[in-house]
Amino acid sequence: MTDPASIFLLAMGLVTSGNPELYGIIWLSLRVSLTAVAISCLIGLPLGAALAVVTFPGRGAVIAVLNAFMGLPPVVVGLVVYLLLSRSGPFGVLGLLYTPTAMIIAQALLVTPLIAALARQSLADLHLEYDELFRSLRLGATDKIAALIWDGRYSLSTVALAGFGRAIAEVGAVIIVGGNIEHVTRVMTTAIALETSKGDLALALALGLILVGLAVAVNVAVLSLNRAAKRLAYA
Amino acid sequence: MRLTSIAATALVALATASTAAHAQDPFIILQSTTSTENSGLFKHILPIFKAKTGIDVRVVAVGTGQALKNGAKGDGDVVLVHTKAAEEKFVADGFGVKRIEVMYNDYVIVGPDSDPAKVAGSKDAVAAMKKIADAKAPFASRGDDSGTHKAELDLWAPAGVDVKAASGDWYRSTGSGMGQTLNTASGMNAYALADRGTWISFKNRGSLKIVVEGDAKLFNQYGVMLVNPAKHPHVKAKEGQAFIDWLVGADGQNAVRSFKIEGEQLFFPNAATGELKKAG
Amino acid sequence: MLKPLDENTGYGLGRRPIFPLDACNVGFSDGGRQLLDRVSLTLTQGLKTVIMGANGAGKSLLMRVLHGLVKPEVGAVLWARVPADAEVMSRQAMVFQKPSLLRRSAEGNIQFVLGHLNRSEAESRTREILERAGLSAVARTPARLLSGGEQQRLAVARALALEPDILFLDEPCASLDPASTMAVEEMIETAHQTGTKIVLVTHDIGQARRLADEIVFMSGGRIAEHTAARQFFDGPVSAAARDYLAGRLHVPGYSAGT
Repeated sequence: MTDPASIFLLAMGLVTSGNPELYGIIWLSLRVSLTAVAISCLIGLPLGAALAVVTFPGRGAVIAVLNAFMGLPPVVVGLVVYLLLSRSGPFGVLGLLYTPTAMIIAQALLVTPLIAALARQSLADLHLEYDELFRSLRLGATDKIAALIWDGRYSLSTVALAGFGRAIAEVGAVIIVGGNIEHVTRVMTTAIALETSKGDLALALALGLILVGLAVAVNVAVLSLNRAAKRLAYA
Repeated sequence: MRLTSIAATALVALATASTAAHAQDPFIILQSTTSTENSGLFKHILPIFKAKTGIDVRVVAVGTGQALKNGAKGDGDVVLVHTKAAEEKFVADGFGVKRIEVMYNDYVIVGPDSDPAKVAGSKDAVAAMKKIADAKAPFASRGDDSGTHKAELDLWAPAGVDVKAASGDWYRSTGSGMGQTLNTASGMNAYALADRGTWISFKNRGSLKIVVEGDAKLFNQYGVMLVNPAKHPHVKAKEGQAFIDWLVGADGQNAVRSFKIEGEQLFFPNAATGELKKAG
Repeated sequence: MLKPLDENTGYGLGRRPIFPLDACNVGFSDGGRQLLDRVSLTLTQGLKTVIMGANGAGKSLLMRVLHGLVKPEVGAVLWARVPADAEVMSRQAMVFQKPSLLRRSAEGNIQFVLGHLNRSEAESRTREILERAGLSAVARTPARLLSGGEQQRLAVARALALEPDILFLDEPCASLDPASTMAVEEMIETAHQTGTKIVLVTHDIGQARRLADEIVFMSGGRIAEHTAARQFFDGPVSAAARDYLAGRLHVPGYSAGT
């Protein structure tokens, strides 16, 4: 039952069955990961751009830490967020543990360093090109950061996709802070983990295939949106 | 700037959707074990409870040790686990209100068809464990402080086997849930101790089969406790107690009894009687 | 560019004078090599100054020091006897050898420097500026898809959109064909006529002849000669300038000037 052809057929069957439970899981996965990536971009892109633009003592150390945090283990992030959001933790009163919001927080924490580090790399090259112009125009740091983010928007969308890839694929953080609760916090990866632990490897693989398809679909959507925007709204 | 505003709108929409999703029915969080979740028991009984009371039970399935720790921290309203001693300590420490027995099933020792330790058909779990150790046949342990893990250690002790010393050799501590451990056992043709519920619903058996069952020592009792609202005031005591009352009452017990996989009953309710039936 | 001039000072009304522009004993070295060697120079308003010299003579570096992009190791740059403050900084503009255009449309590049105006003002100013630069037809084209000549015209137009009192240009026509070069030179000439001080670095002797009122000739990080253009081309005083011009004069297409 775990040969590629039957896995593919099973996956297709699941997708076309219109199973509301599956669609709920897919929708939650997208909602959690897309929101987390959007939050990460709001924080990470200006942060990355600032590190590309502003020089200050200790900048090298900050960049090194950021680069190291790109590989932050999801399970560690999950554990930290769990301890923060636990009823016995500092933010326990908010009652966020085992909710999609907790999963969004955990994934945003996981993805922000990645987005900031990649954005810094990509914008540092751009900044090298613009540096003299910016200084000739006597731009302040904020204007420089805004201009870099806007002018680098197409390469930054790839950065955001890298973040999305990390978010949608991770299981370690969401399973701890979400609890893999059916209909509430079960996403694709935790569902796969559950089916694996039930020994239903075929179903787990089929879900995995759907997850990959989902990631591909989001990538294609963003990249073609990109191309359309490049063509139509170049302003 | 158009892209920015589209992105901002999308973000707001997503964020709103996230908050809207959990402002609905009353719900409680049940800290429970992988064995009950993986077997499919909750999927069978919880909709019945919800239909009756409108209360949504959100199950977090971890090992017994983890479930009790999470409960002690207040990250749950009700705990349903299966290690009597640890449960009694949980109540004694003031984290739980009262321990009530709900149901039982039993553990089984599963092993490869080839049965290198020659234990198949035995009814003496401790002797079988000793034989496995003597043969240095691979054994996959949960190793995660779960109820099943504790039950397994309770079999090694009287057998006089020091599994710590054998760890990494023939004794493989997987540090994972029941299903994962069975996957490992199936992959390396190892023996393992499993609860019958998970075993029956487990699909990736490979060459594994039950080799030992029916020993009184393999009895597996589940207990339920309300997390103490005196310790954690946010605990939904009313809804939590409603769930417990239902579970140990006639309706809940019947629901448990009616859960079957391929005609086989996985859990045996014993709340009303409190009787300690022999397993098997 | 159509700013009203004060009859007495020649500056925009209500603005304090910024000339003369003085480089005082400016020095800059890199890895032991003296790139600028105690350079002193006074530039006055009104004249188009062309800086010439062989590669590595320090022309571009001197221009960057004057513009405030590079801080000299020793010496100082004074505007009307005082160091540049934010206001003086804001009254300068520079065009680079590479057009360094933003990844936006032509009009986006102009609007970028008009942030102080409100939207409708910026839009009408942009139209006006592109019109004057002959770029109206490509207003919405991505700047990086323009031809080399169009790109540099856009870069000059963007610098002029700042309405600077002084415009620095670092070999703006280095990679342009003759027609594009002429178009850029026309823009420079117009800017000069409306009161913008021009400081231009070039290797193109023809261009220097066409544009320069005065020549600053540099050699080995020093100023070898600073004279009126006619005098420079008729009889350079320094040996370095003579060699430089002689080397150039062998290039076909240029008639001997001595």
